[in-house]
Amino acid sequence: MSRVRGLEGASQSRTGWRNQYSSWVRHHRLSAADSLRRVLEHPWSSVLTWMVIGIALALPVGLNLALDNAQIVSAQWDSPAQISLFLKNDLSVEDARKLEFKLAGADTISTTVLVAKDAALEEFRELSGFTDVLASLDENPLPHLIIISPAPGLDPPALIALRKELLAMPAIEQAVMDMAWLQRLNTLMELGHRVVYALGGMLVVGVALILGNTIRLAIESRRDEIVIVKLVGGSNAFVRRPFLYTGLWYGVGGGVIAALLLALTLWLLQSPAQNLAGLYQSSFVLQGLGLMGGLNLVVLGGLLGLLGAALAVSRHLSHIEPR
Amino acid sequence: MIRFERVSKRYDEGYDALRDVSFTIKKDHLVFLTGHSGAGKSTLMRLIMLMERPTRGEVFVDGQNLASVGSRAIARHRRDIGVVFQNHQLLFDRTVFDNVALPLVICGYDHREVGRRVRAALDKVGLLGREKALPVTLSGGEQQRVGIARAVVGRPKILLADEPTGNLDPTLSAEIMTLFEDFSKVGVTVLIASHDLALISRLHHHIITLREGRLVTGTAS
Repeated sequence: MSRVRGLEGASQSRTGWRNQYSSWVRHHRLSAADSLRRVLEHPWSSVLTWMVIGIALALPVGLNLALDNAQIVSAQWDSPAQISLFLKNDLSVEDARKLEFKLAGADTISTTVLVAKDAALEEFRELSGFTDVLASLDENPLPHLIIISPAPGLDPPALIALRKELLAMPAIEQAVMDMAWLQRLNTLMELGHRVVYALGGMLVVGVALILGNTIRLAIESRRDEIVIVKLVGGSNAFVRRPFLYTGLWYGVGGGVIAALLLALTLWLLQSPAQNLAGLYQSSFVLQGLGLMGGLNLVVLGGLLGLLGAALAVSRHLSHIEPR
Repeated sequence: MIRFERVSKRYDEGYDALRDVSFTIKKDHLVFLTGHSGAGKSTLMRLIMLMERPTRGEVFVDGQNLASVGSRAIARHRRDIGVVFQNHQLLFDRTVFDNVALPLVICGYDHREVGRRVRAALDKVGLLGREKALPVTLSGGEQQRVGIARAVVGRPKILLADEPTGNLDPTLSAEIMTLFEDFSKVGVTVLIASHDLALISRLHHHIITLREGRLVTGTAS
């Protein structure tokens, strides 16, 4: 009897409810550490997996960054858009001048040029060669014209709003803006974003599948262990946990690699971009992901890792039962 | 503790492993299960562990009808049963300590309690000094004893052993049988499948004999 004292109380094999939570936390910590150790045990294959995931994540995020930067650049361009304001025909030159002066004082307008109707007719006569035809006219058919340049930094929606505002003035008959280039740019940007979303969607699915496959291989290589754990009373959740953590670590590592790749690219492009901006007298600075963006990328990688692992685990783990 | 009521098991291939088997094993008894290979010994143990479900009849363990144990509760059911396998079923990339600790880790014991219990179990089987060894460096008898330590470390109500002395010499076999007898003395119900009749007949315990899936001798312990 004395030999077995350490094994007495054979019926107390269950932990109480109050210990359930702490044992659950303990096993999570254990699984997380054990999975990380296994990932780090094979540094080369893990780095390769991280690189694949990192590149797949960096591509769409990098393209999106490029588009964001392009948008910033286009917004900073001194807008070549000019708005031609054709004034009401019965307006006197004095009133037109007063209006020009008033417009020049507005925040949204940087320069104004008044082309009085007589000067316009004179210019038209010289350029068109219709001298005789014009001479036969009783009165000048041309209105006064004010050409304004909007303040720099106004984006297309603001320009459209400005035009509307001007058109509402009683003295202004017509406001013509060359919108075509703006619309083209906007459409291109929109198209670019759509392409990035589609590409991003595909690569995200790809990352989840790559991780799923990696986890599937990990499950296969530990088949015997899974059988033994199930034989001695390991629940499905217990068996699943280390693999979910493995997926998490692969995903997080991939996210870190993606953030590093983007930071490296930014660093390489920073000085040529600044030189180029300098040539255009622009203060443009290339925008990176930032710390929050980088962290988001790591979190995204981790979530994708969990998703891929969950897919693989639900698909393959239930087939492994003790025989 | 273990009760079979008219249990039959037919495998999908049409092979009848058990036919109309009924018996009762009382708490803290040690019972031998014998019969030639293919007589249904392993199937009987697999039914107790819920690795299989009976085709007909009912199995009761500790008063509970196993038919009422759902697939999600199987893991919990197995935690009350310690099993010693013929082929040891050890994790070969883990140390002896980690192998024995596995059932405790699954149950969620904290590491001090795990250490204390694992050392007690290893001390019981005489392997206290080998806790850091890998199973491959151990002899067959030592591996078997690691398996026994793992089976009893969680203080199960029931201990099942499938040919625990299969590959061991008579002296070692006798030692291991003595171990099992000790466990039954502290309240563990022990069921040992063995065809080592010479060894079994020397120990005076109840014997259940199977022949081609039918019970030949021994209906209650």
